[in-house]
Amino acid sequence: MKRIGVLALQGGSAEHVYALGEAAKKLKMTVEVCEVRKKEDLADLDGIVLPGGESTAQGKLIEDAGMADGIRKIRKIFGTCAGLILLARAIESGFEETSHLGLLDVSLHRNTFGSQVRASFETKLETTKFGTLDVIFIRPPTILDVGKSVSVLAKFERMPAAVYQKRGSQHLLATTFHPELTTTKFHEYFLKL
Amino acid sequence: MASKAYGSFAVKAGLAQMLKGGVIMDVVNSQQAKIAEDAGAVAVMALERVPADIRRDGGVARMADPRIVKEILGAVSIPVMAKCRIGHFAEAQVLESLGVDYVDESEVLTPADEEHHVNKWDFAVPFVCGCRNLGEALRRVAEGAAMIRTKGEAGTGNIVEAVGHIRAVNDEIAMLSSGARGAEVTRAAKEMRVPEELLNRTLELGRLPVVNFAAGGIATPADAALCMQLGCDGVFVGSGIFKSSDPERRAEAIVRSVSHYNDPAYLAKMSEGLGEPMQSLDVRSMDEKQKFANRGI
Repeated sequence: MKRIGVLALQGGSAEHVYALGEAAKKLKMTVEVCEVRKKEDLADLDGIVLPGGESTAQGKLIEDAGMADGIRKIRKIFGTCAGLILLARAIESGFEETSHLGLLDVSLHRNTFGSQVRASFETKLETTKFGTLDVIFIRPPTILDVGKSVSVLAKFERMPAAVYQKRGSQHLLATTFHPELTTTKFHEYFLKL
Repeated sequence: MASKAYGSFAVKAGLAQMLKGGVIMDVVNSQQAKIAEDAGAVAVMALERVPADIRRDGGVARMADPRIVKEILGAVSIPVMAKCRIGHFAEAQVLESLGVDYVDESEVLTPADEEHHVNKWDFAVPFVCGCRNLGEALRRVAEGAAMIRTKGEAGTGNIVEAVGHIRAVNDEIAMLSSGARGAEVTRAAKEMRVPEELLNRTLELGRLPVVNFAAGGIATPADAALCMQLGCDGVFVGSGIFKSSDPERRAEAIVRSVSHYNDPAYLAKMSEGLGEPMQSLDVRSMDEKQKFANRGI
């Protein structure tokens, strides 16, 4: 049975565990979903989800636990919001930033719209693969630029909001919003990769 | 172009969901805010004085000077929360206009209204509120709070009250979930003065319907782990960090302990050689009138 991990150091991991379970049911797949907190938990994972949360806190906790190299080797990775920030090649913001995993060929800006009141909202999002979805953005990053090998699965206000990249034999999927709160479409897509 | 709906309940509760497994730290200036962010805090609470100092100084404690809130908003990229007095909707409006990410309608400040809490549905900014039991928690959710925390007893460095409040919420949910029939739930909802639908949803979930953090008296990594093991989604640390002898190390140790709350060997390592914790108070020797938790029930 395939094992999919959800990084559970900080953030909305329970929502992803639930969404993966629902997605597997819809696909009639048997998948073992487990929470990942230490290096040893990374063994034998077919894929890992990096949840939303605070990327500064998550990045630090990944480093403390010495997990970065182990995560980089996993066959498929799905990052939402903070998880996307961890995956990105380059981060631009007014604050000191270092890229953490540096796998996904995008550059992005964190917290573009500032505070919760101005930056967080619900909306309808048109996607290239799943039609129109109700989604929630929470203090999202903005993808400024994508590399040639990155395909854009959805745009919001002309900026990429969902992206996919095949990197060698590795699959990378990422969103600036939180699909785990409203839909299982992206989780189904991830499970099938 | 697709329209954007701001300030819906899902959006407010969603931010709290992303704070789970994290530590929110009280800070009084931008330097402390930076220390908190560097230690891995998921958010900071911008204050003029930490609860231990509010307790020592006495008098009326109010919303912080906007200058302090703005200074802290400019210093960090993580969410910034700030406290308003219970029922003081004008202070809440001021904080919302300053662009804070969350408002804590807090018993640590001197209540402005003995009868009413802020009607939190009126705001786009989300609110977190304190509770001592299930009724208080659900009354605050019914008023629009998108996140709940225990009251504990702030500024004491003593975890006993927070533990009591976590257990009270857990026990009441467990008791009503096992075998309470329709009429009993109706009566319980009436006694708690909460909508029956909200109580039913809570019993179905087997937990509070919003994110629930521990707060009030957390001073050590083990305190934080205790609250997490009792089922909390994260912790607030008020005076516990910047009133200790080595704030940087203690902050980092508490952050890591919340992530690895089930790993005693790791907690032992985190607890070692942290220096002096904050000066603490025995809650049993306190007069009921001195307790912040009795405010705004």
